[in-house]
Amino acid sequence: MMNRKRRMLLQGSLTAGAIGVAVGAGLLTPGSVLAAWPEKAFKAKEMPEMLQELMGANVVEASDGINIKAPDIAENGAVVPVTVTTDIAGAQSIALIAVNNPAPLVASYDLGEGTEGFVSTRIKMGKSGDVVAVVNAGGKLYSAKKEVKVTIGGCGG
Amino acid sequence: MATNSIKIRAQLKDGVTTVKALMTHPMETGARKDKDGSMIPAHFIQEVSCEAAGKNVLTAYWSGGVSKNPYLSFKYSGANKGDVLKLSWTDNKGESATAEAEVS
Repeated sequence: MMNRKRRMLLQGSLTAGAIGVAVGAGLLTPGSVLAAWPEKAFKAKEMPEMLQELMGANVVEASDGINIKAPDIAENGAVVPVTVTTDIAGAQSIALIAVNNPAPLVASYDLGEGTEGFVSTRIKMGKSGDVVAVVNAGGKLYSAKKEVKVTIGGCGG
Repeated sequence: MATNSIKIRAQLKDGVTTVKALMTHPMETGARKDKDGSMIPAHFIQEVSCEAAGKNVLTAYWSGGVSKNPYLSFKYSGANKGDVLKLSWTDNKGESATAEAEVS
């Protein structure tokens, strides 16, 4: 009797241990904490699928109301400064996409009331390609792009 | 996480507050290998939220594609000098950090 209980306890703790390891390795993410993080959009490889997940639409109109400031040639792909400015009225969110990255969607910004159409971040780029900014204004999507040549990729070791 | 892992500054000029923040974080994509060829597990900030005077002004969702020790800058209007701006992040391991700055 004693022995069997001990056996069960051991098995129980083994299972718990395995789950702990899986969480630690990033196989299981603690869902409750990250409920709002748009995982599907970040995993999408193609723009239409990604934008559908992220912004609920996938028809994008090119716009000159968006300005992307990024270097023409980035010597170090691990640190590419990108600034997006937009004067599109009612801009609600701005997505930053590095088209040739293994995970193209780099960042998405939800703007609050009174927040200007301006965000600046430093991103990684695996290789040369377009940096695309997509702005969501009242469910309509606008985009602009800028080509960045990368000398040393930022996703390798 | 150490409390000094975020540097943040908010400056008011002509009615617009410019926020600049630097966070200390490895931002591992999960696609990199170490010297022995084994994968380095993903470890990156997923969500950054900024509150000004209790109101949400910006929420950022990030992937591992944001550079190590991330920099973030944005602007908002309607702040007064002395307002408190709060920035907090949460990463994919559930770790988090918060910092506050006074608008100056």
